[in-house]
Amino acid sequence: MIELGHFQVLSAALFAIGLYGVLARKSAVLILMSIELMLNAVNLNLIGFAAFVDFSEAQRALGQVIVIFVITVAAAELALAVAIILRLYRNRSTVNMDEIDIMKW
Amino acid sequence: MTASLVMFYIAGAVTLGGALGVVMTRNIVYAALGLLASLIGVAGLFLLAFAEFLALVQVLIYGGAIVVVIIFTLMLTRIEDFENLSDNVQWPLAAVVGATVFGLLAASVMFTSVRTVPREQGVVEFVSLGRTLFVDWAVPFEVASLVLLVALIGAVVMVRTGDQGE
Repeated sequence: MIELGHFQVLSAALFAIGLYGVLARKSAVLILMSIELMLNAVNLNLIGFAAFVDFSEAQRALGQVIVIFVITVAAAELALAVAIILRLYRNRSTVNMDEIDIMKW
Repeated sequence: MTASLVMFYIAGAVTLGGALGVVMTRNIVYAALGLLASLIGVAGLFLLAFAEFLALVQVLIYGGAIVVVIIFTLMLTRIEDFENLSDNVQWPLAAVVGATVFGLLAASVMFTSVRTVPREQGVVEFVSLGRTLFVDWAVPFEVASLVLLVALIGAVVMVRTGDQGE
């Protein structure tokens, strides 16, 4: 039988993989993908808690509503990130994060 | 081992395998396909956690829209680098950080005292989901729509070329 711990460990693994991707990858698009993985790990955790903790029906619905808000904000973030990447590519002809150091002091 | 647990392991393997594909592969198109597999696996996990509506939303928004937007971004940037991606010099450090975070989170899961209930059924009805979203949380819902609008307008303004929209 599925329990909360299964979801939590899986979510932790997904978050750690996404974190590795954000830190280790060079391409801005791959970093964006890794951020999406981390957001999905958070959603998975929220849904696991909503389903398997001793909550009332209304509280469980609230857990799902929070996930809907997370997905909305993730979509907005993705739109802005894609715009930034395209602008950066037009100005610098690269999306390699090691070469983009204009804000480095 | 019940059938639902078998399904959980299958969906979890798809999710983690796709995620590893995103961070390991040398070919960026394979990375996008791995992301798609991972997101669909998460939709399956939502189904196993009785969140049918969210599984639907996950497939539509992530599988349908977000992966397509990411692939468009790939196509518009640096097509010659597709098959020989390389990682940062700091990737061993990143692996250490990832493993540490996973270890800490997994250890805290072991020692938690949250009271859990094993469930075999218990879908949250669409009615109660809708009531929570549109009655109790109506104002944050409207704010979220405003956030989306501002982000989309901002994205359009940002990618427009500078000299009077030429």
